[in-house]
Amino acid sequence: MNASELLGTDPGWIILVKGLLIFVFCVVCTLLAIWAERRWVSFMQQRVGPNRTGKFGLLQSLADGVKLALKEDLIPKAADRIVFIIAPIISATTCFMSFAVIPFTGNVNLFGHKTLMQLTDIPVGVLYVLAIASVGVYGIVLAGWSSGSTYPLLGGLRSSAQVISYEVAMGLSLVAVFIYSGSMSTSDIVAAQHHWWFSVVLFPSFVIYAISMVGETNRAPFDLAEAEGELVGGFHTEYSSLKFALFFLAEYVNIVGVSALATTLFMGGYHAIPGLGFTESWLGGWFTMVWFVIKLIGFFFFFVWLRGTLPRMRYDQFMKFGWKVLIPSSLFWILVVSTLRVMSQRNENRMVIAGFTVGIVLIIVAITSFYESSKKKQAILDQIGDFPEPSFPVPAIPNIAISQSAISQIAKEQIND
Amino acid sequence: MTDITPRGDEFGLAKAAADSTQIPDQEPSGFFKQLLGFWVTFVTMFKKPNTVQYPEVKEPTAPRFHGRHQLNRHPDGLEKCIGCELCAWACPADAILVEGANNTAEEQFSPGERYGRVYQINYARCIFCGLCIEACPTRALTMTNEYELADDERSKLIFEKEDLLAPLRQGMLMPPHPMYPDSTDTTYYRGEVPGSHPSQETTSHA
Repeated sequence: MNASELLGTDPGWIILVKGLLIFVFCVVCTLLAIWAERRWVSFMQQRVGPNRTGKFGLLQSLADGVKLALKEDLIPKAADRIVFIIAPIISATTCFMSFAVIPFTGNVNLFGHKTLMQLTDIPVGVLYVLAIASVGVYGIVLAGWSSGSTYPLLGGLRSSAQVISYEVAMGLSLVAVFIYSGSMSTSDIVAAQHHWWFSVVLFPSFVIYAISMVGETNRAPFDLAEAEGELVGGFHTEYSSLKFALFFLAEYVNIVGVSALATTLFMGGYHAIPGLGFTESWLGGWFTMVWFVIKLIGFFFFFVWLRGTLPRMRYDQFMKFGWKVLIPSSLFWILVVSTLRVMSQRNENRMVIAGFTVGIVLIIVAITSFYESSKKKQAILDQIGDFPEPSFPVPAIPNIAISQSAISQIAKEQIND
Repeated sequence: MTDITPRGDEFGLAKAAADSTQIPDQEPSGFFKQLLGFWVTFVTMFKKPNTVQYPEVKEPTAPRFHGRHQLNRHPDGLEKCIGCELCAWACPADAILVEGANNTAEEQFSPGERYGRVYQINYARCIFCGLCIEACPTRALTMTNEYELADDERSKLIFEKEDLLAPLRQGMLMPPHPMYPDSTDTTYYRGEVPGSHPSQETTSHA
């Protein structure tokens, strides 16, 4: 009996219990994630971070949440009241929905009922997650638009453009997973990784997914929506109190969500790390959830590590990277994967497959070296600039006795070399 | 077309350019070199944090830390402040209020003619720049290392004279009391007054 058949036998109350458990899991994860992020980033900056509320400051996010809830809830006069209120609700509800198809455990016994910790298993589970993520963008767009103020509007547009662009790259990176596992259902994908995780087999896809999930969740170094110096708080500038808390919650649930998806699709889901497969039967199968959470924490640490290390990117560089690097390389990789897949399904000669692989590698090397050399030429050309000599008086450049025309002459010689 | 020629000045931009460290025009560091940043942050996680757990752990300040002010006394207990208001004039934040008054034979607070009758420092305004200390001609006003001045009400941040006066130390008498026998204010400022003299004890403060 596979996962979807097993889930089909769930009575209604089990589904309700699971829904509740998933909701609680997400909220607790958010509270702990905010705390963990602040602590980890502090350690990376040789600080200690919040350590006063509760043991190790564990209750800090709870205290912050209570404080936020008790604050005055402002709605700007220029805001569109209804949309202004709906926007955070959209954000906060959609972020939870993607967890419905995430398998947290293998087969377990929940209140005497044989099932697995996954709310539902639909044949297009991963597409459902992507769709829900797209709906979540409405929260951002509407929040930015309904605030009736410039910064939120610009921030909202920026984050929605960012989320949508990176969703394309994310979706494309998942195609290789679909091709390889032959299914879009999350439980099937996890089952397909029983021997080899897709993060190893489909390493380029994994890298592209890891990059695009950071862009998708508006996190550093891609947190352009919250570029304080440019846009104040971005789309949530005008939000206060509980509505702001909802956005905050949504952001962190989204991070947990993309991490959970990454775990499911690339890191073998709830399976143990290779060599420790015997642990999967511990606690009547519930121990698989420990593996899932460990992998989740690993991804979350990756998010925090990025934030602690990298400076924020410039918006145009960011978009260029998404559309001109991630998406084309994704497409190319899909082409390679599907070709190889078809070849192996047709039982082609191994030599042919190996030859094809070598050919692909050679093409990549050739393209890269060509690109590098053209970049060097372009760099020299950029230095010269081909605009005419200025006719107005220019201040002397110290210690340089060469005129513009002489510089261009030298540069031309360099290129000709 | 104007030819760009070097200006032979020794003090202008050319000098600055020659003095400054040359930054070699490198290519942007490669991908793997940039990954070193991740190692830096990771290693830092295991270093000892610099944080001082302040309310529990109080580290001593630097010796010349600008903290709360103090109005000093002469060795016999007379106040050094002569009510000249120079500190108030020097204050860029207008935080000091001084009202001088005349010393009388019955009530002598400081050596010489005048003393500071009212002395207030408003710590809601004070920026701890220390210009008042520089302005004080008698070294009456100095700063302590005390920095815990926060309070929950503005009025509590206005420190009166009695809050600022230095405590009486060994051999000091609480003013008002007469000056040291056979002394003038000059003797006081020269530091020739060793401490209080029995003849300075007044009945009112005995």
